[in-house]
Order: sequence, then structure tokens, then C-alpha cells
Amino acid sequence: MAKVPLQFRLNGSDRAAFVDPADNLLTVLRRGLNDFGPKYGCGQGTCGTCSVLIDGELRLACLTLAAACEGASIDTVSGMADGPNLNPLQNAFMEHFAAQCGFCTPGMLTAAKALLDRNPNPSREDVIDAIAGNICRCTGYEPIIQAILSAARAMPAQRRS
Amino acid sequence: MEFRKDLFQNERDDNLNVVGKGVQRQDMPGHVTGRSPFFDDHAFEGLLHLKVVRSHHHHARIRRIDISAAERAPGVKRILRGADVPVNKNTLLSLINFGKDDEPSLAVDKVRYKGEPIVAIIAETEAQALAARAMVRVEYDPLPAVFDVEESLKPGAPVVNETYAGNYFEYHEKYDHQKLRFGDVERGFSMADYIVEDRYQMSPIEHAPTETNGSIAAPEQNDRFVVHSCAQGLFFSLGTAAKIVNLDSNRLHFIGGTVGGGFGGKVDSLTEPLSILGAMMTGRPVRYVLDREEEMLYGSPRGAERIYIKDGIARDGRILARHVRSYFDAGAYTRLSSYAAIKCTAHLPGPYTIPNVASEIYVAYTNRCPSTAMRGFGITAVDFALEVHMDKGAEACGMDPMEFRILNAYRDGDMKAHRRVAKNTALIECVQVAAEKARWPISETAKRQSSLTGGGGARAEIPATPIDENGRINRPETRTGRPTQTLPAGTMRIPLTKQPIMEGSTENRPKAPAVPQYEPYRPMAAPPPPPAYQPPAPAPSPAAAPPAAPAASPASQHGAHRFSSVFGTRRR
Amino acid sequence: MPLALRVAASLSEAAGILAADPRTRLLSGGTLIMRDINEGRLTDGMLLRITDPVYRQMQLSGSRIELGAGVTMAMILAQRELGFLHAPARAVGGPAIRNMATIGGNLFAETPYGDFAVALLALDAHVMVLAGYGSARAVPLEEFLAGRARGEARLVTGIQFNRPQNAGDFRFLKVSRVKPKGLSVLSIAAHLPGSASRIGQARVAYGAMAPQPIRARGVERALEGKALDTAGIAAARAAALDGVQPATDAIASDWYRREVLPVHLARLLTERG
Repeated sequence: MAKVPLQFRLNGSDRAAFVDPADNLLTVLRRGLNDFGPKYGCGQGTCGTCSVLIDGELRLACLTLAAACEGASIDTVSGMADGPNLNPLQNAFMEHFAAQCGFCTPGMLTAAKALLDRNPNPSREDVIDAIAGNICRCTGYEPIIQAILSAARAMPAQRRS
Repeated sequence: MEFRKDLFQNERDDNLNVVGKGVQRQDMPGHVTGRSPFFDDHAFEGLLHLKVVRSHHHHARIRRIDISAAERAPGVKRILRGADVPVNKNTLLSLINFGKDDEPSLAVDKVRYKGEPIVAIIAETEAQALAARAMVRVEYDPLPAVFDVEESLKPGAPVVNETYAGNYFEYHEKYDHQKLRFGDVERGFSMADYIVEDRYQMSPIEHAPTETNGSIAAPEQNDRFVVHSCAQGLFFSLGTAAKIVNLDSNRLHFIGGTVGGGFGGKVDSLTEPLSILGAMMTGRPVRYVLDREEEMLYGSPRGAERIYIKDGIARDGRILARHVRSYFDAGAYTRLSSYAAIKCTAHLPGPYTIPNVASEIYVAYTNRCPSTAMRGFGITAVDFALEVHMDKGAEACGMDPMEFRILNAYRDGDMKAHRRVAKNTALIECVQVAAEKARWPISETAKRQSSLTGGGGARAEIPATPIDENGRINRPETRTGRPTQTLPAGTMRIPLTKQPIMEGSTENRPKAPAVPQYEPYRPMAAPPPPPAYQPPAPAPSPAAAPPAAPAASPASQHGAHRFSSVFGTRRR
Repeated sequence: MPLALRVAASLSEAAGILAADPRTRLLSGGTLIMRDINEGRLTDGMLLRITDPVYRQMQLSGSRIELGAGVTMAMILAQRELGFLHAPARAVGGPAIRNMATIGGNLFAETPYGDFAVALLALDAHVMVLAGYGSARAVPLEEFLAGRARGEARLVTGIQFNRPQNAGDFRFLKVSRVKPKGLSVLSIAAHLPGSASRIGQARVAYGAMAPQPIRARGVERALEGKALDTAGIAAARAAALDGVQPATDAIASDWYRREVLPVHLARLLTERG
């Protein structure tokens, strides 16, 4: 079966892969490029664990056709830290115990980053709407909401990705 | 967080170094960087993907399995059938010699629940495995199915699981249920002023972890297989898999412990045996992950339970007798339900001192998805029933429900129904603090009660206990019957197949164990018990109550269609 | 044959490909098709993507609005001039889904999905259908949905509707068990011209109350010429269940949907626009 060549930027680095025409982006990121940050939780767009940023926009990798990502700039949780230094969102999640099993965390961080990149001063309702597509079965969401609000307060207002 | 250090302060050392100090989780840096290694977060060269063909029927004979088209499908490397599984019949607790092997990894001649695995497809990509799966043809002869625990226990019900032909787990090679006997409940009921009886039903509950069940097995060095598993208990899963694939356990290397939500739903080793077998037969890494639909429908749920409770209560609010009859819906196979019933029995009658307690706990097989552990299984559901029942008991004798609980609470030194002395009890203090926090007024008397005082003495005695042989295996006609013997008062332990023995020492000299005679059972003459308590009819509310029988609802069985009921509809 | 992929640079090329091979599936936002692939329901055949920029164009000036079928819910939410459509657009999925889901794709979403199509039905929208060469033909949405029920598959290139004269005349609500994002128990869209005085030419549509979005013609007749006062709303509520055929699914039973629909309809009509 003929593979489709695909080149794009992943977390700031130029990457390439040969993908099957119908492959979803999640499979290509995990199995093709060994980026295990985004997770498989449902394959149907309900859980949000596969959340990634594509050209700065929040998307679900499990529902994204990999072949449609030619030339795109993709960001996952794996590129969120600044070298050895954690992003303020990551620090806030740690401080507020915003993770237990940790499986939803990459998706939550990505959705939160998408929010703060657009709205550096979100209200509680804005935060709830921003993570509305991410399911957490452990924390009850409140620590996550607090962490995101706290990170927003800690970040300089003009910080954008 | 508030510490009530005033309570039980003489019983502990209060130099707490970790509790309440906000210590960071050791896995948190991994969680926020996406580096926590869940089972699927491992790269393997040449990884194959396994997908399972599942039964469409709740109960059916398998007449024919045609894998010829699937075998020829692009990318398919191997197809596993029941005959390929070295030990294709297992029960999880065989690891501790409890129960009989009853469950296949891949069904051979019969399917017993909708979704039961029949054939495993192993292919180069997940998409190829899915495409080949659609090409497998299974021919079934559907059989009558049973979905209700009490229906399945009736003689003549369809046999779900031939290992247990009566549709019940067999306890002690003798009984179709697990018994608890303490005192004489019938005598207790006859002396009660109020009888409160009710039936409680809970539905199966799906854990719905964000990470689905799965594992990756791969040939490793030293003739071993490495297995990255989502299992909550790695050694338990290793032992189960070793038995099923017939490998010495030192040839399996299980890695895991980072679980994306377990809650009890990742203890059944649903995927490890087949992924390991796939790796053995292909010589390549094999990945078997449940998709979301499989996880929700066929990943084992917390088992549904039906619980009947009957309390006999004196006018002053003391519960004199409690009888519990409960049915665990194990689904088609035993898994851990046999153990849940014993946990449940040991928990009865709840944190209360009741002089007469009896229970029968059944594990019933139905043509439903096999159930498993979840968050305190065996206890959680029966506690729901017990506590609702306590509220009804309080209402029946006109007592405040908090006071009712304090009155009946167990205390240090009391004898519990399974013949152990209670210690470190704290229900009274819990109720008092809860009442305080909720600003729920309780009497000064109730506020003065303590778990540390008032227990023991007469409350530590073991009463004479009528025992029966009701419910013998393969003899459903014995389910009702009279007691046959009386265990004398003071009998502490009852070895399963031996004579009861008396134990204990006085004045620091060991006392020779005496073997008391069983006494013949003589029912006590007593007035008939009062009629069952009828709660007052609820006042009509302005909002319309749901109708008793809605129009045009052919699938409903009890009034309004309850889609989460035990009879219920499942998604798709 | 495993799934293959073609890319069409123009709408007419796409229409030609679809006409030539009826088994080709058009991948718009991907939220429906990729799910079918992930869950093993779509294992062979052809996928088609459209890269023609016209597919995502928005023509917002004037009284007749034209939106390409590839316009996403997020694009709708970014346009202040489409404020009256923000409630239905926001009701679709969570923020990531809204960046992906298209208004064209929503026309093909099976009940209880498809809430945006409910809003379009209440706007008397026309679906632009391209059969091959030539120009697109406008098909009333109701007729299009009936064709969809019969299994007809046509290339939808865009959607057209008149801008409501008064944004406040257009109302929408979605009832779901999980909030803010969840599958519909039901959804209701209502365009009530003249709702400040007397209603004329009301259009009311329901989602998840039938196998596809439907017009609530009984309610429309009941409201004709009436004011949105207690009597008018009572008349509408009395006709609320005309023509409904709700399903029992994992979200709610048919009995429940019938019970709560009139309540939610009355609330929608009562709220100040």
C-alpha cells in the first residue's frame, strides 16, 4: 500500500513520516514519531486525552487525518516545558495536585495552554469551557480549574506561544 | 483539613510527619511532562496489533467459526482461536485455590455473554486488524438467556456456566450461598415491636477509566517476555497469565504500575494472556488495547447486587435482629465475585451491635458481562442498603436517624456477628462530628456516648445460635427449612468440617479446648411478629410524579423506563 | 482494499469524484468519518478531502448569508455578525471539536448529534448541492434531510439562509445531561419574527425528537398571529408534541423526552431574546 509522505514541525523541530492514507495524527505521533504525550482514550472525540495544538489551534489528534497536516506546526505536551524548566501551567498543576492517575493531564495542559494563549485573564467559566472537552475520572476537576486560574495569574499577560 | 486530635488521643502518637503536610506525589513531574510511562507509551520495532471478535449473542452455541477470509486479509499475521490457548479455562482466584476454573480466554463451543471474545486477529496495523475482524464469520445457535439473579437461581433456568450448573458459586463444597449465623433472628423478630423489611437494587457500574484496558507483550532476552500492563496488581496478573499461557512465571517480566485510572477495573487481566500468547506465536511484540466501546460494554463492571434486609426493632430503638439476603450478579463467570460475597458477609450487619444476625449471600451467574472489583466491592453496595435501611428503621420507631445510629453503634469490646471482638470502633464519634458539622441537633445523651465505654460485658457474649443446612448444592428444595441444631452460647470458632471448639483461658492458665455437644434445635414459643412497617404515604407534591406505566413503552418492565436498571438497556 | 485518500482542489473536481464512485466518503471536519475509521466501521474505500478555499468561505454582507460547507463552528463563533448562531455553534462538542466540526458535516450527523442542523432548519436554510459539473442547486434543508434518510449522498458545498431581521427573534437551546458539553436529550431552535408584538411565519425545529431534525409545525401553527404571552405560550406548549418520534437511547428514553420537551419549549418561548 502506497504511503503518503508527510513533513511538519513537531514541538519546534522538523519531522517527517510516511503514513497510511487514513492514519489519524495520534497514531502517527505515538507510533510513528515516538511522541507518547498525547494519549488514546476513546477514538471518538469525547475524552480529550489526544488534544494537541495544530497551528496554535486546539484539535483532537485521534480525529485528525495525519495526511492533512502537511506543513503544519504541531505542539504537544512533550514540548511544553522550556528545556529543564517547567511551563507555569505545569508548575501550577503540580502545586495544586491537579493530577492523580495523570492520564488526562497532557490533554488538560494542552487545552489550558490553548486558553491562556488567547485569553490571558480567563474567568472561572472560561476555564470550565476550555476544558469542557477533557474528561478526568480522578480529581473531580476542581484542582485542575484552580491550577489553570493560578497559572494565569502567574504568567505575564503578553506571553504567547 | 481539620484534625480531631481530641478523639482517641490516648491511642496514638500524634507526631505526624506526612499526613496533612502536602507532600508531592512522586509521579507528578512525569504526569505534567507527559513522561509518566503508561503501558502503551513504549516503542517497539515490528509491533503487531491484536483485535478480538466478540459474541453478538448473550447466550449461544457456536456452530462454526470461519476465519478463512480474515486469514488472507492484508497484514494479518496470525489468528488465535480457543484451541491455541494452552490453558483455556481459568478462574482468577485459582491463584489462591479458591473456586473452579470456569472461564475461557477465547470461547470454543459456547458464548455466555454478549461481547465474549471468540477469536483474536493479529495484524501489522490496527486498521488491518479491524478490517480483518470484520471478515470473520461466526455462526451461532442462540440459547435462552437469563439476566436476573433470582430467575437464574430457580431450578430450570438456563444453565449459564456449566462449571456451576445451578447458576451459583458453590461455597465450602456444601452450600449454594455463604452463610452467617449469630444468635436467633426468628426469636429476635418475634420479640420486636417493629419489623422493617425492604429490597435494594443497584445497577452494574462501569469504572470508565480514561485509559482503557490493554497490554503490550514482547519477546525479551533470556527467553522471557516483557509485558507492559495496565494491571493494578502486577504479580496477580503475572500469575494469571503464566497459568493461561503455560509459562513458568520467571519467564514473564511484568512492567507497569502507572495506571490511567483503575478503580478496580484493571484487575481481571483482560488483555495480558492474549497479548503474551500472540507474542509467543508470532515472535514479535503484540499490542492488545480495548477501544472505548469495548471498555464501556465488555470491560467488567462493578457487579449489580440485589439486597433484602429485614430488621426487628424494639420500641426503644434497639435493633434486636437483622437478616440479610443478597445476590451478587457475577455475570457469566466468577472472576472475583466469590470473594466479594465473603467480604460482604464479614461486613454484616454493618458497624452496629445487634444480638441476632443471619445472612445468606449468593453469587449468581447470569448471561451478563462478568463483573469485577470496584472501590470496596462487596461492601459499598451493602453499606448503601444498610444505611438506607437504618434511616427507615429510625423512621419506624420515631427516632432521629443520627440518634438511632448512635444507639445501635458497636463499641470496643462488643462481640461482632462473625465472632470477633470489636476494637478501635469509632462510629459514634463519626456520627457526633458529622452532626456537629451539619448543625444537626442531637441530644445531650447522644453527645455523651463514646466508643470507648459501654461495650463488652453482656454485649461480648456469643449467643446460642440455631444453625441450618439450608441451600445444599444441587438440592434447591433445601433452600427453605428449619434449623437442625443449636450451637451453644459461647461457641467461638467453627472449623468448617470439624466439631465446634471452645477456646480461651482464664487466670492466665490455658484452658483445654472442650468439644461441646450440638444441641437439638427447639423453636422458642413466642407470639407472632407484628405486621411489617408501612411507611406513611408521601404527601402529594405539586410536580407531577412519573406515571406508574407510561404509554407506549414496550421495553419497560417497572413503570417508567429506567435505562440504568438491572433490566436495562445498554448502549448499543 | 485498505482506505485510500484523494484530494480535490476544486469543488467541481470533488463532485465529479463523488459522482464517479458513490462509495467515496467526504472528509469534512473529520469528526464523524475518523470516528468510523477508529472504531472499525470504515475499513475500505476512498476518502476525499477538499482543499478548495471556497469550501470554507463566508459571505456575510447583505440579507442572504452564504457559508461554505467547510466552515467550522469556531469560525461561526468568531463572527460577531453571526451572533444569533453562537448558541447552536457553542452547543457542538468542546472547544477542540468546534475547531474541527463543520456545518456541512453536521448535516450528516445522526441523531442525537446534529444540533447545528436544527438551528439551520429553523432558519429555513437551503443546502447547496453540487451534482457534478455546472453550478450548485439550492435544496430546502427539510427536503435534503428526507433524502439523507433515504440514503442519498450528495456533495454539500454550502448553506444559505436569510439573516433574521431581529437577532432577538432567533432562539436556541440544547438540553444535555452533561454540561457544558454533552449529547442532546433534545434541542430546540425557534425563529419567531415579530416576537415583540405578533408572530408571523414562525419556524420551530427540534433535534433528537425524531430520526432526524424536524419542524414542529403544530407549534408554528399555534403561534401564528399570536403574541408571546401566557396564552400564546400555552397554545404552543399544547401542540409541542405533534409529530415527534423520539428514540430511546443511551441518553434518554422516549418517555422522558416527551415529558420534558413541552417544559423546555415553554422556557425557550418565555425567555427574553
